Amino acid sequence: MRTIINEMKLRLPAISVNESVCRSVISAFLAELDPTVEELGDVRLAVSEAVTNCIVHAYRDIPSGECGNIYISVRLYNTREVSIEISDNGCGIENVEEAMKPMFTTGDGTERCGMGFLVMESFTDALNVKSKRGKGTTVLMRKFLKSSAEGEK
Amino acid sequence: MKDCEIKREGDALVAMVGCEIDHHTARVIREMIDGKLADQGIACLRLDFSAVTFMDSSGIGLIIGRAAKAEKNGTVVEVTGLKGSLRRLVRMSGIEKIPNVRIK
Ligand SMILES: Nc1ncnc2c1ncn2[C@@H]1O[C@H](COP(=O)(O)OP(=O)(O)OP(=O)(O)O)[C@@H](O)[C@H]1O
Ligand SMILES: [Mg+2]
Repeated sequence: MRTIINEMKLRLPAISVNESVCRSVISAFLAELDPTVEELGDVRLAVSEAVTNCIVHAYRDIPSGECGNIYISVRLYNTREVSIEISDNGCGIENVEEAMKPMFTTGDGTERCGMGFLVMESFTDALNVKSKRGKGTTVLMRKFLKSSAEGEK
Repeated sequence: MKDCEIKREGDALVAMVGCEIDHHTARVIREMIDGKLADQGIACLRLDFSAVTFMDSSGIGLIIGRAAKAEKNGTVVEVTGLKGSLRRLVRMSGIEKIPNVRIK
C-alpha cells in the first residue's frame, strides 16, 4: 500500500531570489530517497519552472510594493513517488490548454519563450494544471524515482 | 568564479557564465552583456556555459533575447560548453534554427 513517509509545506513571497531557494530546499528534502543526479536535476528544473511562473506571471497585475505568495507542498511516498504541488493566489490562466502549448507566452516575447510547461511535462512523469481566473493556479507534478538497485545500474 | 565575466577576444565578445541560470540571475547576466553588445567591431557574441551547473527556460530566453539584439548589427551568437540537461533543453527549444545562433 502507498503511504506517505514525509511531507513538507512552504510559503514564500513571490520574489525572484526564492527561485534558487526553492531548488535548494527541494534537493535537501528529496535526499532521504537518495535520487540519482539526473532525477534530482529533473525535479529541480521542473520546480524552477513552476516557481518562476508564480513570480513572473501570477502577480503581474498587483500594485508594486505588494507581493503575493508561492505555496509549495511536497510529499514523499514509500513507493518512491514524489508529488509536488506549487500554487499561487494570482491572476489565474485564461485558457490552460492554450497556455500549455509549447512556445505560447504572454510574457515579453524576446526574453521568454513559452517553454515552462513543456519542460515541466518532459522532466517529470505527470503534470496537472488547474487554474481559475482571478483566483490562482495550481501545478501538480509527480516523479517516480527508480529503486536504489535500478539507480545503480 | 564570478557569476558572469565579460571579455573581448579579437572580434568576439565572450561572456563566461559561472552561476546557475534562472529568471533571477538571467536579468543580471543580460544587463552585463547588453552593456557591451553595441561596442564597435563585435562579429560574435560567445556565451560560454561550460561552468553552468543549472539552467531553466530563462536561459533559453536569455539566448533568444541576445540573438534578437545582436542580429541588428549582424552579430552571431555562439553558445558553447553545453552539458547534460542544458543540452537537452537547448535541443527542445529549437533555438539552433534562429539564423544568427550557433550551438557548439
Ligand atoms: N502561475 C501562473 N499564473 C498566471 N499565468 C501563468 C502561470 N503560469 C503560466 N502562466 C501563463 O502560461 C503561459 C505559459 O507558461 P510557460 O511557463 O510555458 O511559458 P513562459 O513562462 O511564458 O515562458 P518561459 O517559461 O519559457 O520563460 C505564460 O506566458 C502565462 O501566460
Ligand atoms: Mg514559464
